[in-house]
Amino acid sequence: MAAASAIGYASSARLRPIELLPWALALAVFFFAPTYQPLAAYVLIIILFALSLDLIVGYGGIVTLGHSAYFGLGAYVAGVFAVRVTGDPLIGLAVAAAGAGLFGLVTGAVILRTHGLALLMLTLAITSIVLEVANKWTTVTGGADGLHSVPIQPILGYFRFDMFGRTAFVYCLIVVALCWWLVRTIVYSPFGVSLAGTRENDVRMAAVGAPVYRRRLLAYTISCTLAGIAGALLTQTTQFVGLSVLGFELSGELLVMLVLGGVRRIYGAFVGPVVFLVAKDYLAKQFPEYWYLGIGILLIVIVMFARGGILGILDGVLDRLRRGRR
Amino acid sequence: MTPALETRALCKSFGALTVAERIDFVLPPGARHALIGPNGAGKTTFINMLTGRLKPSSGRILLGGEDVTALAPDARVKRGLGRTFQINTLFRELSVLDNVALGVAERRGVAGRLWRPASAYREVREESLELLASLGLAGDAALRTADLPYGKQRLVEIAIALGLRPKVLLLDEPAAGVPSVESERIFEVLDRLPREIAILIIEHDMDLVFRFARRITVLVQGEVLCEGTPAEIAADRRVHEVYLGERHGHA
Repeated sequence: MAAASAIGYASSARLRPIELLPWALALAVFFFAPTYQPLAAYVLIIILFALSLDLIVGYGGIVTLGHSAYFGLGAYVAGVFAVRVTGDPLIGLAVAAAGAGLFGLVTGAVILRTHGLALLMLTLAITSIVLEVANKWTTVTGGADGLHSVPIQPILGYFRFDMFGRTAFVYCLIVVALCWWLVRTIVYSPFGVSLAGTRENDVRMAAVGAPVYRRRLLAYTISCTLAGIAGALLTQTTQFVGLSVLGFELSGELLVMLVLGGVRRIYGAFVGPVVFLVAKDYLAKQFPEYWYLGIGILLIVIVMFARGGILGILDGVLDRLRRGRR
Repeated sequence: MTPALETRALCKSFGALTVAERIDFVLPPGARHALIGPNGAGKTTFINMLTGRLKPSSGRILLGGEDVTALAPDARVKRGLGRTFQINTLFRELSVLDNVALGVAERRGVAGRLWRPASAYREVREESLELLASLGLAGDAALRTADLPYGKQRLVEIAIALGLRPKVLLLDEPAAGVPSVESERIFEVLDRLPREIAILIIEHDMDLVFRFARRITVLVQGEVLCEGTPAEIAADRRVHEVYLGERHGHA
């Protein structure tokens, strides 16, 4: 019989050694492959974005195609704030996080009153609206050209963003690691279990006295805040923000990454983006015209044969090995 | 003594269709009360109004003397109203333990905590395990709820409700869908429920009703037809006509 899910009142929240693997790999990049630092920083940012999505889609069961709205909002707030107010990255990051979180709270308060298809459509509407605003409000956002050469000052007045992407990488690594720890803490907490309860059965959750709507709204707000942080990191490390950080294509791609890696596992959000970006890079080189076909086939195979994503497959293999040994 | 639960002239209609017609109902503390009636009599509608899932058209609902008519379902739970569902309404992917622990944590006011892991709340886990053990489910605590046999899932239904330590417990067909060999286990559990809980049971199984209830209310087409002890109800000619007659008609 299948074991119950990994979170809960009887599951240990102690850190397993394997959970340090992503961070060990990140440090390996820093020490042994410094030329990959800009790429690795980008991957870390997408990982954080996917992690924020896993919190609501995987754990909360709130399916959305509009999460790029909060990522993009964070990216634009960071950009506009740096241009108009100050280029201090930490203040910019905090402002972008607050902006995305506030926007998540307000939009979430409306859309979380609906379920299923209506909810999905509303999330699409939100990201489309934000995209249009960014496109048309040219005096602030730069419109289709975006904002170039966003001025970003040294972190804490000391760590200058260098041309090799070293500072940017370490900055991303620290911020993403802190956010990972936050998500992990939340997921293992009573709140996390109760969020899983609202996903499994919201009628029953209300019948045990849980404020279902408030719980979901809080999860949504936290998730949007994290997505905004990811967006801000992208602006700050590339010193550029454009319309590509918005729209439901990006939301859809993100969902594909998460499903590939495996939802509701925290680390699916790590594996998914890496596999997706590597596959995209490889396929785009081999079959420049048809690379999306390859991604599509990969997705179909995963959804048909491995509902738990790539990590689900690994889990299954490990399970079999363990049983074989007995 | 203040009734544990009371309704005054409770009405509900959907357009021209009346499903509850001025229901006056009193459930004293510690009651063992059954609500019976033919299909479509409005039993589940009545329960849904009591729990707050359905808004009455008019009338009042009092819980321990307090008017809760306008309160949301979760606020009523906090005031001591627990329920089970006719069809299993469980957290299927979660463990049996967590099914119970979610309710226990809500009652203890720790369910929204964010910073410590759930496993650090030992008191929640231990209380949930004790409760499961008292229902003979100790060995199943770690299993995924969806993997349990149906009869045991019905017991988890009851366990979740008991974890709320309700003053009033509404049991909506607790033995529904359970093969008769297994239903004996459910009867035993019901017999041993804490005396101080006022229980209202909806059930089609007349053996269970007459064995469990000390008073019975008969509901027909949204109206209370009569109320009395099991002996009185069994002897009532109107009940035979409406209720048992309808059964013969189908047989």
